Amino acid sequence: MLLTSVPAMMEWGLHGEPLRRGRALRWRLAALMVFLLLWSVAGGLVQLTRPFNPLFLPAPWVVVGALTELATKGQLWPHVVATLERVAIGFATAAALAVALGLLAGQLRPVRNIVEPVVELLRPIPPLAVLPMFIVWVGIGEASKVGFITYATFFPMFVTTVHGVAQLDARLLRAAQSLGAGPRALFFRVILPAALPDILTGLRLGVALAFFVIVISEFVGAERGLGYLINDGRNFFLVPQMLGAAVMLGLLGYAGNGAVRLLERRVLRWQHPE
Amino acid sequence: MTMTIQVRGLSRVFAGAGGSTPALLDVDLDVAEREFVCILGPSGCGKSTLLNLVAGFLRPSAGEVRVNGRRVTGPGADRGVVFQEYVLFPWLTVAGNVEFGLRLSGAAAAERRGTVARYLELVGLAAHAAKYPVQLSGGMKQRVAIARALANNPSIILMDEPFGALDAQTREVLQDELGRIQRVEHKTVLFVTHSIREAVYLADRVVVMTSAPGRIKQIVSIKLPEVRDRFAPEFTQYESEITRTVKEEVAKVHE
Repeated sequence: MLLTSVPAMMEWGLHGEPLRRGRALRWRLAALMVFLLLWSVAGGLVQLTRPFNPLFLPAPWVVVGALTELATKGQLWPHVVATLERVAIGFATAAALAVALGLLAGQLRPVRNIVEPVVELLRPIPPLAVLPMFIVWVGIGEASKVGFITYATFFPMFVTTVHGVAQLDARLLRAAQSLGAGPRALFFRVILPAALPDILTGLRLGVALAFFVIVISEFVGAERGLGYLINDGRNFFLVPQMLGAAVMLGLLGYAGNGAVRLLERRVLRWQHPE
Repeated sequence: MTMTIQVRGLSRVFAGAGGSTPALLDVDLDVAEREFVCILGPSGCGKSTLLNLVAGFLRPSAGEVRVNGRRVTGPGADRGVVFQEYVLFPWLTVAGNVEFGLRLSGAAAAERRGTVARYLELVGLAAHAAKYPVQLSGGMKQRVAIARALANNPSIILMDEPFGALDAQTREVLQDELGRIQRVEHKTVLFVTHSIREAVYLADRVVVMTSAPGRIKQIVSIKLPEVRDRFAPEFTQYESEITRTVKEEVAKVHE
């Protein structure tokens, strides 16, 4: 096999020949199958021997059964849609704010000096600690849930964007200026593309965090959403429903992460061409 | 004859923690149109400072630089720069890098394609147009940087030790190519180097700088044919003459 780039050669030198795509995929699938198998065996044994109420540890097929039942009764999609809607709006708002403010702060010293201390002060506070405040301020409606996601996901995206702009190689700006670039061209043709890898890393962190915090805000005063479904399952001792909703969240988070990764691969093809 | 580059009384002082250090002191230099001038000197002689002042990356502490009669106040498309560390845009392909300046000046797509093809051909990278910088060797990257500067059609090319980061063999190959390109393009070139051989091989005139603060010590006109032979006796004679001058300066640093 032909190694065409320095990073590829380093990777090869450090970890040996990379797995072929098909083989890597087979390993991943096999690992998943083993996990499901172990879960099935454990669930099956509990059902057969009944050391405790099998409700505590439902086997995979029980969870899938609960999900299909909810789905056929039309009681699954409204929750999925509600959660997705909150995540989408909250995340998109945060991304727009964080990237815009981050680009500004990364470039303009004064803006950075004003915004960064505030961000550094708020950032270490676990977002969950702020949730009750959101509820006090804007009530338990949609606004507090969406706003909470926006608040929580803003920080990683802001910090990575600022980093992306701040670590820019100043010689690239000089090169562009000597080719006739004015301030506008510098921004769109140098600063933005140079910061893009960091911005996308921030988006990926943001998506993961959005699914992380939505669940908790849906525990409190929600009538819809996967978090609500989990909490409802707890109240009525419906363990399969709790696990089912959790699995759905996992799948959605995985899909969200995959979507950003796909975007990264397309936009950052220059980092790993071929 | 009007000079393409006119440097008058140019000084640059760098203010640091331990007081201010003059890097360049009262330099006068004229470079004619289509002339290839090498600035030669030991490290720390202010030769890169001089180039950065002409490029407009630095402001002079005293004196001025004029290019085609206009005073330099900042970087501009009339002065193409080739850096030592290539400084390509890593997110653009080879063709995209060469096209960068043409896009900024609003050239039509067909014209851009033609110009890019012509300059990639000139530097011998026509087959690599679609590659990204991470896929290129140092020598190839520097060829792209040269094509990028030329494609923008500046009146001057400024080169800051462009082959300094390359291995000896690649270095000579690229010197040969730059000589060939210059015979086609006839640009006005200001070329900074610390290699005497390189200077004698490429330059019409070699400007030898004194060590800190940088002043012009001597200007040597190289009266050799356009295509030069590194082993010709005349070549070696220029080499040893300039070596003597440079040695005096290096010795001063160590005194």
